[in-house]
Amino acid sequence: MEKPNPNIKMWQGNVACAEGALAAGCRFFAGYPITPSSEIAEVLSRRLPMFGGKFIQMEDEIGAMGATIGASLGGVKAMTATSGPGFSLKQENLGFAAMAEVPCVIINVQRGGPSTGLPTHAAQGELMQARWGTHGDHPIIVLSPCSVRETYDMTVKAFNLSEKYRTPVILLSDEIVGHLTEKVEVPPIEELGLINRKKPTVSPDKYLPYEMDETDIPAMANFGEGYRYHVTGLAHDETGFPTNDPLKIEAQLERLNRKIDRYRDDIVEIETLYTDDAEILVISFGSTARSARRAVANARKNGTKAGLLRQKTVWPMPYREIEAIGANVKRIIVAEMNLGQLAHEVEWAVRRSKPVVRVNKINGEPITPKEIYNSIVIKE
Amino acid sequence: MVMKKFPKITINEQWCKSCEICVEFCPKKVFDMGRFYPVVARPEDCIDCKLCEKLCPDFAITVTSPKET
Amino acid sequence: MDYLQYLRLDKMPHIWCDGCGHGIILKSILRTIDKLGWDKNDIAMVSGIGCSGRTPGYVDFNTLHTTHGRALAFATGLKIAKPKLHVIVVSGDGDAAAIGGNHFIHAARRNIDITMIIYNNYIYGMTGGQVSPTTPSGKKASTAPYGNPDMAFDISRLAQAAGAAYVARSTVYHVGRTDKYIEQALKKTGFSVVEILTPCPTSYGRQNKEGTAVDMMMYQKSNSVSIERAKKMSEEELEGKIITGVFVDKEQECYLSRYNEIVKRAQSIK
Ligand SMILES: Cc1ncc(C[n+]2csc(CCOP(=O)(O)OP(=O)(O)O)c2C)c(N)n1
Ligand code: SF4
Ligand SMILES: [Mg+2]
Repeated sequence: MEKPNPNIKMWQGNVACAEGALAAGCRFFAGYPITPSSEIAEVLSRRLPMFGGKFIQMEDEIGAMGATIGASLGGVKAMTATSGPGFSLKQENLGFAAMAEVPCVIINVQRGGPSTGLPTHAAQGELMQARWGTHGDHPIIVLSPCSVRETYDMTVKAFNLSEKYRTPVILLSDEIVGHLTEKVEVPPIEELGLINRKKPTVSPDKYLPYEMDETDIPAMANFGEGYRYHVTGLAHDETGFPTNDPLKIEAQLERLNRKIDRYRDDIVEIETLYTDDAEILVISFGSTARSARRAVANARKNGTKAGLLRQKTVWPMPYREIEAIGANVKRIIVAEMNLGQLAHEVEWAVRRSKPVVRVNKINGEPITPKEIYNSIVIKE
Repeated sequence: MVMKKFPKITINEQWCKSCEICVEFCPKKVFDMGRFYPVVARPEDCIDCKLCEKLCPDFAITVTSPKET
Repeated sequence: MDYLQYLRLDKMPHIWCDGCGHGIILKSILRTIDKLGWDKNDIAMVSGIGCSGRTPGYVDFNTLHTTHGRALAFATGLKIAKPKLHVIVVSGDGDAAAIGGNHFIHAARRNIDITMIIYNNYIYGMTGGQVSPTTPSGKKASTAPYGNPDMAFDISRLAQAAGAAYVARSTVYHVGRTDKYIEQALKKTGFSVVEILTPCPTSYGRQNKEGTAVDMMMYQKSNSVSIERAKKMSEEELEGKIITGVFVDKEQECYLSRYNEIVKRAQSIK
């Protein structure tokens, strides 16, 4: 009899997220229980200490986000996980991480909102909150997985991007993907291309924690390693100290936002299916993209030239790709479990040059392939 | 003749904010309040307790003990 | 002692008002660190927002100025990630007991090895004198123009009830005692709290006609009673008094020591 392959697992999305984090080198997790994300905390409370890592259940999500940033400043890859209401509480310190450029990963397993909403049902209502939930102009990277294996890969990618660009990265999962169980073939760790933050090469007296160099990504010293510097959420200059000088403030904030913009090609990832000759383009992300993929395949089988654009990266928004692929189609359908947060962006991307049809649902039920299929084949 | 040695008290007028805490709480009343800043009016009375230094919120007073000078 | 070796001299003079007690507290902290002979690289000072929260900006340590009330949360992650760091949190009364109250009681419950120095001036200094959770009942604040209708928190007793390993209260006037308490707190393994009453002549003193910083410190001088003496006094006699002293000083296993046991146990399962 053949020996079973130990690298093949039957994992839930949330378990894959936790395991992906461990593989990425995450050694600190702070969280607060909330459905449908709690499994991530539960798995990590058991698994992290096995790797010499630390898990802590904080008093609330505000504290969990703060502890995550604190741990990262201490030089440890750190993550937190939550869902809708908790994601709202994290916004304050998420902004701090963006402003102070502290790498960290935030998982949001979306459930129905607003407010306490639908704790055990999926939604995709935080597309905009993930981008703009914290106050002020700030950069952010948001990824959205549609399968269990992809949850694993994207959690690794989230860490890599956060370390590379010194920024918080959000993984926007949802209740369906989080609670789905699928077969996963775990890739060897060497294939993950793990990235660690750029450390300063200069002596401590020359170190500028927010240096304006040609990369726009300053080197980051960990606390307690001889570089005594200051980290604040206040507007600061290259030295990290608060400043009221408009020129310095502007220079730093422009660099902060440019830092992600200029590397968007390295960050943005989309999946396309039959887009070369598509007349009808379906755009979706997360679990809804599974239904969209099926609907497009069915439409093709029945002779309709449908195509799919699935956003693996949600933010930065792949406007350019949407515009290019959308240019050749007659109609665009955007399927999402909210009332049109992505559709609005798509309309903007194609400059309202063609109809953008919305397939939305916010009652806790997933959008079915049939519902998307119907809007593909409908005769105007 | 042996000169009595007493501590040297310096006031950093760049940092002093004239709160008068030193003037009030010096147990030997070594300071007088000047027009803007405290003045060390009676240095010979100083007993080197450094209370003024400890209580100065602005890091503006330094008391140097005789042996340190 | 040379305080200047611990200061970021280009940031001086500090922003605190004339007579503000915050600078006196900072000096006590620096004096104690100097006495303990700690390496500056091994010290992290973490704060939230407020006049008190500006402290880390002036000192030459690893310094972290977080969001309002959240310093302990950041500090918790930092301490766990880098246990060799001496993590000192400085906080105002509003920062510690209002917006950060939840983090405060839970840090105490967890007994994480962090020292928290609370600058209690009974008021929101930085934002211009609004009422705080430690403003005594009846006192005025810009948001309590008719007098504070609320009861005040006793921060030290709160820390004690929540399980801190060390809790003491002093005033900026009693500088010798403050030094002693800070030293005991910094040496303590576990969560230690030193609450220091400090005058805010600008935002509290003026509204309550309590005079200058000197007057407010005179009040501290003549109205402080030790915990021991307070035990023998009636409630009426204690009216308006400041109870100072060591509220708690106990040995109890700290969070990291317990967690390290967990790591050992988890690693033995494999
Ligand atoms: C979330 C949030 N709410 C409110 C504020 C405004 N704010 C800044 S400092 C402060 C109060 C500070 O009072 P305290 O903690 O007692 O410090 P002090 O200034 O008296 O030293 C407030 C309310 C803020 N910065 N952030
Ligand atoms: S407002 Fe009050 S607390 Fe703030 S610096 Fe002035 S005196 Fe100090
Ligand atoms: Mg205050």
